[in-house]
Amino acid sequence: MSVNPELQGRVFPPVAPYLVGREKVREFSRAVFARNPINHDPDAARAAGYADVVAPPTFAVVVQEATLAQLLAEPDGGIDFSRVVHGEQRFTFSRPIVAGDELTATLSVASVKSLGGHSMVTAESRVVDATGAHVVTATSTLVVRGDE
Amino acid sequence: MTQAAAATPALDSLTVGQIVATGLFPLTRDSLVRYAGASGDFNAIHYRDDVAVSVGLPGVLAHGMLTMGLAVQPVVDWAGDPARVVDYQVRFTRPVLVDPALGAVVSVVAKVGRIEADAGIVRIDLTVTSNDQTVLGKAQARVSLA
Repeated sequence: MSVNPELQGRVFPPVAPYLVGREKVREFSRAVFARNPINHDPDAARAAGYADVVAPPTFAVVVQEATLAQLLAEPDGGIDFSRVVHGEQRFTFSRPIVAGDELTATLSVASVKSLGGHSMVTAESRVVDATGAHVVTATSTLVVRGDE
Repeated sequence: MTQAAAATPALDSLTVGQIVATGLFPLTRDSLVRYAGASGDFNAIHYRDDVAVSVGLPGVLAHGMLTMGLAVQPVVDWAGDPARVVDYQVRFTRPVLVDPALGAVVSVVAKVGRIEADAGIVRIDLTVTSNDQTVLGKAQARVSLA
């Protein structure tokens, strides 16, 4: 089974809101070797003008993950997870993610391309806060290897 | 945390090609388990040799998102505030193999790639290597210094 080209343009339902916890931000910060006090210390974050600790840039992937799971589970999508390689990743921010944020992500499939027997699926997950304001767009390009 | 907040670099003090930050990140299998727990990415190729080998890999690999996540940290330290990174992208060009005993080291060199003076933004281009091979391509962070 190969990737369904009709996925292109498809917009998925928003996933359940993700509540950003302070300890999760700290845990993620330690895991990616983030040492900035703004990532760990609420007082340092407040002194820098934030309501609470600020997540490292790539924390957005944690919020994005549930949307990618939707894409991979799409019944007619034809994406075999065992053949998926993460090709590219991008995060484009309107503002940083801060502990206490309630974030909702919505995935749309920007493109499905064929390249030498492989498929490349580019998925954009738009993440908004509780007021509906844009926070970050997480874009993943997945390479789905064809049959050998 | 005792590190003092760094002063924001001045945009007009930068020149294209200038190295603004470097970093060396030793990774062990423990680092991968820690990242798996923190991120929720429990793909077994990142902690089980038998599973990695069964899908044709030479061994356990670091999560690409771990490499991406740590590679921007020298830039964050230089900019002084994680929120100054307004855009960050990479291509995953080669995996980082993490030996069970020896681990791996990821090296990061961050250079000024482009200056957008009107927008107050500098694009920092990252050279990210492990075992003398480049592991990320087109690794670029756009940093607001406005």
